[in-house]
Amino acid sequence: MTTISAGAGPSTTGGLRPSPPTSLRSSRPRRGEKVAHGFLVIAAGVSILTTVGIVLSLLIPALQFFREVGVVEFLTGTSWTPRFAQASFGVLPLITGTLWTTGIALTVAIPIGLGAAIYLSEYASTRTRKIFKPTLELLAGVPSVVYGLFAVTFVGPVVLNDWLGIEVSTFSVLSAGLVLGVMIIPTVASLSEDAMSAVPRALREASYGLGANRMRTVLRVVFPAAISGIAAAIVLGLSRAVGETMIVAMAAGSQAKMVTNPLEGGQTMTGFIASAALGDSVQGSLQYNTLFAVGLTLFIITLIINMISIRLVNRYREIY
Amino acid sequence: MATITAEPARDTKPLTAAAHGEKNPQSLVFLVLLWLSLAFGLLVLTVLIVTTFIEGMARMDIQLFTNYTSQIDPGSAGARAAILGTAWVIGVTALLAIPVGVAAAAYLEEFASKENRFAHLVELNVQNLAAVPAIIYGMLAAAAAVAIGIPRNTVLAGGIALALLILPVIIVATREALRAVPQEIRQGSLALGASPMQTLQRQTIPAAVPGIATGTILALSRAMGEAAPLLLLGGLVFVKFDPNGLMSGFTTMPIQIFDWSSRSQEEFQQLAAAASILLLVLVIAMNGVAIIIRNKFSTAR
Repeated sequence: MTTISAGAGPSTTGGLRPSPPTSLRSSRPRRGEKVAHGFLVIAAGVSILTTVGIVLSLLIPALQFFREVGVVEFLTGTSWTPRFAQASFGVLPLITGTLWTTGIALTVAIPIGLGAAIYLSEYASTRTRKIFKPTLELLAGVPSVVYGLFAVTFVGPVVLNDWLGIEVSTFSVLSAGLVLGVMIIPTVASLSEDAMSAVPRALREASYGLGANRMRTVLRVVFPAAISGIAAAIVLGLSRAVGETMIVAMAAGSQAKMVTNPLEGGQTMTGFIASAALGDSVQGSLQYNTLFAVGLTLFIITLIINMISIRLVNRYREIY
Repeated sequence: MATITAEPARDTKPLTAAAHGEKNPQSLVFLVLLWLSLAFGLLVLTVLIVTTFIEGMARMDIQLFTNYTSQIDPGSAGARAAILGTAWVIGVTALLAIPVGVAAAAYLEEFASKENRFAHLVELNVQNLAAVPAIIYGMLAAAAAVAIGIPRNTVLAGGIALALLILPVIIVATREALRAVPQEIRQGSLALGASPMQTLQRQTIPAAVPGIATGTILALSRAMGEAAPLLLLGGLVFVKFDPNGLMSGFTTMPIQIFDWSSRSQEEFQQLAAAASILLLVLVIAMNGVAIIIRNKFSTAR
């Protein structure tokens, strides 16, 4: 333990604590060190400034927006036509777009991500895991514009239309959602794998000792023991899918309507922000402020999702 | 981010269970399903790379590197401005994000005590910021640029947006790397009379460099492929000049790909695919380097 102080009580874990007055440290710290320490504190403060900056930069234009459009109208309206002469600002179409793409993405990513995670954690040899885990994680590293291009030029026209005979339009919620799902597979797989690997070996041994085979051990012992870590992995994947922009902007289309049929196009919250940002709205105009109202909604949604995820992770840390 | 966590310590050399029940049909089907899950991910990755190469190979020529983009002539248009723009913006991003990220992590890990409320607040913030959608950072950067009085569509504003985006990733990776440095190194240094700051500078940080490098390279590769936050800076889709400074206008490869792919002519789709090949090669190379560093580092311990 690093106790550099004399006479102080037993130090807790790691790190270098600023010592009490009786320390052995030279009593006059060098000036350079004070400056360096100041830099470290300021650098840490940047993250707080960023959060404050995000909240302010979203809230100020959003409040201007809500001065002209009622909150209730915004949250319950089913028509989103901010650029029409008869503008209408109901955000539900964008939310249904996001729900559909996210839902499809999770339908792909949860079973496949968990399957891969169970294989890597419980069946694969160390060598196999060392090769396949980073390769799978490459899926998370592929730039989202490349995924978007893949969705528009290959998944929609070739895989869905030609191979599977599902008639989707050029831009469809389905192809965007499927590709989005592929993108978050590594998020779900990698964190679930960590959670299952953290399950103590003794639990597996006990299960084998009672005569269970490997499948039963995985499903009845390892999986339930790691469930909060797995849930956190899924929630993180969910938050990635909600916030992802380029795939949906390129592949889902730009027609904001209540999405009822995933074979057609639709617009998500992020898709709207991207396409509106490309437009030439004047700063301070209602159209420009609309962007920030949607941005604020998105930020609040992901914040709530993230808090759930942090809760889950903390619970899972307490167990072992 | 999942990819940057070091391999957790394992005591699970796969146990070989009692042979009974291992080969029954149910277990075999289960194992096949697991195999298919893993294979699916790898298959999609392969198909994505192969189709992008097939589509884009026709335009992987010298013009892609030397020419500017064009509205009318996709046959000879290139990504010159985008390639240079990416280099500039990622350069600025690295210069901003690495020192600040490493310093913040060093503060949290080496200097802040457990009861320090400021440190606790910072930690909570880092956790939350990691989950904020990328496009929100663009809104922040646009507002920040206006607030400090610089034009939105400049290299500096783009660098700030991407630096803030990857800062949480770098902080988390650096903290893990610092945590992995054995206490004995710090104790030895302190016992020889070094101050805590000297210990950090000369012992702890150098020992953590491989871990920091792994996380930083992955974070920068993510920033390189990111287009969403930059869209909010405006005026980036049709740039026909080399960026030449922090206040210069710019475009980047992801934005160029986005712009080309939204045009209807087949040649533009090919061009988008060709630029995607370039981006994929860069990203995969950076991931490869990061994995090599991580593996070398973890076997060394």
